Amino acid sequence: MSEPVTFVERSARTLGSHGAAANLAGARRFTEMRDGAVADYRPLEAMRDRARQIRLHTLANLDRYLEQFADEVERLGGTVFFAADATEAVDHVRRIARDNGVERVIKSKSMISEEIGLNHALEADGCRVVETDLGEFIIQIADDRPSHIIAPAIHRTAADVGHLFADRLGVPFTDDADELNRLARAHLRAEFLEADMGVSGVNFGVADTGSLCVVTNEGNGRLTTTAPRIHVALMGMERLVPDMADLAQMLEVLARSGTGQRLSVYTNIITGPRRPEDPDGPEQLHVVVLDNGRTRALSGETAEILACIRCGACLNACPVYRAVGGHAYGDVYPGPIGAVLTPALFGLDPWGDLPYASTLCGACRDVCPVRIDIPRMLVALRQEAAAAPSPPFGWLRPGLKLYTAVATRPSWWRWFLAIGSLLGRTLGRGGTIERLPFHAGGWTRYRSLRAPARRSFRAWWSNRGA
Amino acid sequence: MPTVQLFVTCLIDGFSPEVGRATVKVLEGVGCEVAFPDRQTCCGQPAYNAGLAADAARMAAATVGVLDETEGAIVLPSGSCADMLVNHAPELLAGTDLEEAAGRVAARVRELTQYLVDDRGIDDVDVACDATVVYHPSCHGLRNLGIREQAERLLDAVHGVERRIPDEVEQCCGFGGLFSVELPAVSAEILRIKLDQLEATGADLVVGGDLSCLLHIEGGLRRRDSSMRVCHIAEILGGSVPS
Repeated sequence: MSEPVTFVERSARTLGSHGAAANLAGARRFTEMRDGAVADYRPLEAMRDRARQIRLHTLANLDRYLEQFADEVERLGGTVFFAADATEAVDHVRRIARDNGVERVIKSKSMISEEIGLNHALEADGCRVVETDLGEFIIQIADDRPSHIIAPAIHRTAADVGHLFADRLGVPFTDDADELNRLARAHLRAEFLEADMGVSGVNFGVADTGSLCVVTNEGNGRLTTTAPRIHVALMGMERLVPDMADLAQMLEVLARSGTGQRLSVYTNIITGPRRPEDPDGPEQLHVVVLDNGRTRALSGETAEILACIRCGACLNACPVYRAVGGHAYGDVYPGPIGAVLTPALFGLDPWGDLPYASTLCGACRDVCPVRIDIPRMLVALRQEAAAAPSPPFGWLRPGLKLYTAVATRPSWWRWFLAIGSLLGRTLGRGGTIERLPFHAGGWTRYRSLRAPARRSFRAWWSNRGA
Repeated sequence: MPTVQLFVTCLIDGFSPEVGRATVKVLEGVGCEVAFPDRQTCCGQPAYNAGLAADAARMAAATVGVLDETEGAIVLPSGSCADMLVNHAPELLAGTDLEEAAGRVAARVRELTQYLVDDRGIDDVDVACDATVVYHPSCHGLRNLGIREQAERLLDAVHGVERRIPDEVEQCCGFGGLFSVELPAVSAEILRIKLDQLEATGADLVVGGDLSCLLHIEGGLRRRDSSMRVCHIAEILGGSVPS
């Protein structure tokens, strides 16, 4: 079956599925945890302002901070590679693996790795690649795709995972989350010890020290970045902060927004590869800085979306994400952030309908730790998409054009109300319309519609004094 | 007596004039002289929502032109249309001849409960309604204009009203304007979640400040043969809740 290319088609597959219920439950759980964490955190609003300011300042001076960051990493003995696109990034990592005779690769969570499709490329080169984040591990052995930024397997219940583990790992079935965790840990322990290369994501790069901040809750990030002899860190070009004080500010809002924790369980700050006096640690550190559409995004209406720190709060809050789940968004970034980021990075073709996958309710903006005005950007992208030769939902166009013509002429409007009333009441029975023609039938497929009034408000008003 | 301009909204004009009449009654009840600039039509939100900026700007320009000729507060029984005139019309008309007019109009626009509570300091209109209600704070009013508490205070002062609060009260009903016909299945699933939560309160009546969301909720309730009904807050405050 070929991959569907529109949000309508993809959401039709996910709506009402087993995964959708698990997804909704997960999003609610995260929302409750987030709300609980911010409720008693008095400086929240000031911290959000500060976090936003840091991110916008960094984006405005990104070239300078990237140069500083790269200089520092290299001074510490690491390498930095600027990859223009996914292919360059993948080829570079493959080259590192090949040059060093790497056979076994372990990974901690990285959205960039998903974005560039690294696993399959390394596997094609004969490497054994193992995901060590529990969620990513589940996704990997199920041959599935992540559906959430911080909880990739949110669409699978504990029982689903229990069956998966029994099937793929040959362990007895359990749906106890702690036990599942223990089983995965036991399975992964040997992988950590035997790996040649560890691949991690980067939550924040610190420009003035060349440090990499990687936060995890499972400790797998620490093992991935320290146990193997080579550490490859994949970082989106925009993920910098100027200094450690700024990093501390960002950490104030990251975990609270994402998981409702004050701080993630493990906050790793990695500054260079192993030094001569260190008892252990990786001999090599390679940082891959990925552009892949980011320079282009920076110059558009949606530049601010690059301020995102990938906490996932907007997904959990979004009514559309809750209903359809992450896979409906097609690419690796789901939810409101994905509806903006995917077209911003990769273009409106074929992603032109993603900005329409929103009720513009604004719940995303309410929870965003850096106050990104996602609804405003969705509208800006809709305006851009609407200008395309075959715009998304183009069948609405004639109706909207006619509506504009009518609504800008008060005398026509009066007639419009009268005719609409007549037509609507013809279609309706007992004051209710159960079936509308053409595309309006989308409404009545799921909902009744109150029939228009016999007499409009303005008709009543004009007779009022009489 | 303060003069207020009623911008009734296209949906109330065409679908539910009784909400407009109730709004007039509430406003007159608090001593307003109500004027209805009869060249008003639609604020332009559908086109704005669809990404048709030029069409939205034409409708916003027409609306701003009509309203800028008038005086006094401009009161709307809709948070969403008020948001359109306060936040988006000025943005659409920036750089045009109507930029300043859009700013003047935006500064005068008030959603009904906002006008009563914030501008007039009225949080009790002395009416009765024997019903258990849930208030649904519609998203644009809630998040873009800060409307929720005003409506809840007014409702709580209505004699005989028992107000319940559903789970996840601030979650969207799934209407989203054209979204409801562009992605009807998704919209309906969001509505299903909302209706489950509203019905779980055991209330008789869903009260809201936006007819659009109320029509959406009503349409879903009818399809599931629910005994729950909807009404606009103006109808409760005007003492005209249909029974």
